[in-house]
Amino acid sequence: MSIKITGTGSCLPSLSITNHDLSKILDTSHEWIFSRTGIESRHICENGLTPIAAEAGAEALKDAGRTIEEIDYILCATVSPDYATPSLACMVQQELGGTCPALDIGAACSGFLYGLDMAQALIGSGKAERILLIAAESMSSTVDWTKRDVSVLFGDGAGAVVLEEGADLLAISIGAVGRAEPLFMKRPAGNCPYALPKSGDVYLHMDGQEIYKFAVNAMVRDILHVMEAANVSAEEVDYVLPHQANLRILDAASKKLPIPAEKFLNNIRGTGNTSAASIAILLDEARKSGTIRAGQLLVMSAFGAGLTTGACIIKWSKD
Amino acid sequence: MIKEKVIEVLAQYKDCAPEEIDVTQSFEELKLDSLDTVEIVMNLEEAFEIELKITEELKTVQDVIDAITKLV
Repeated sequence: MSIKITGTGSCLPSLSITNHDLSKILDTSHEWIFSRTGIESRHICENGLTPIAAEAGAEALKDAGRTIEEIDYILCATVSPDYATPSLACMVQQELGGTCPALDIGAACSGFLYGLDMAQALIGSGKAERILLIAAESMSSTVDWTKRDVSVLFGDGAGAVVLEEGADLLAISIGAVGRAEPLFMKRPAGNCPYALPKSGDVYLHMDGQEIYKFAVNAMVRDILHVMEAANVSAEEVDYVLPHQANLRILDAASKKLPIPAEKFLNNIRGTGNTSAASIAILLDEARKSGTIRAGQLLVMSAFGAGLTTGACIIKWSKD
Repeated sequence: MIKEKVIEVLAQYKDCAPEEIDVTQSFEELKLDSLDTVEIVMNLEEAFEIELKITEELKTVQDVIDAITKLV
């Protein structure tokens, strides 16, 4: 049994910060950031993640013609919830209502793909008929704003989909190779008198060169894998919706794939890397702009901390 | 042989003539940033069928040639 996407939504915080703005608080420049990432500006949550996650979710429900009471699970893909507990999904439920189970998925930038995989399993097993999957991040709350290396890369935002039984998801593959050092964020040390002292800060750390290499290799491998699994040729693919980490990564991966570069959609210029949320936001924007239409074949591919990866092929059915 | 192949990979990436690559030059002098370096390393890994670690010591084209010579 497969699933289909019956509604999409997204929400970007109203505050947008340009590279020029950043050059006033950090030793960096628009040229440096733009030439290495393709990012020009990013949105920042001024008031936490829950409000934008809930708004994206509400929009997806409306688009699907569903109410929150008809939803059997709320899944939130995030690494930057407002609380360590309760989950973001529970906080969204407080905003939207309903009483269904609500939980977060921690798969970093691959979170949206992990969410699709979990939703397919829940719907396929008969545990759920309808799922609200929200991918939302407040990455601005995770990076060290006194350093220029990581803080300039990320942005905040939320995207959401409603998933129901259907035949859209032709193939999906998720994976992980457990390794912390290339990309990690520690929790606060706490003050347990019996624990050994912890070193390091609580900010997001990334080995950019290593992640770049991992990302390009993972994208190429995973996209070819799901194309083969779904028996889809490069000519048949209408669009690739890749995780928006860095325009240079997308360019490098597209050069190694048989799919033409112009089929790779991107919106990183105005969003930065929104981690788990990036594909969900891109999907909603591409629908609203009329780029994505019923009958098209879409490829999604993501990679992130974990190290996690995921890719899928969707035969888009919603008008 | 290794030198020629490294120059060929670099020239292809930069879209320039192999003669324009001076092995004493650093990546920075060749106007290649940190992400270009990763891509070139990936292309070299493919060309030589090796795994090349990106370290601070890989500054010039000659450094890369030396590193690969140790591996093949």
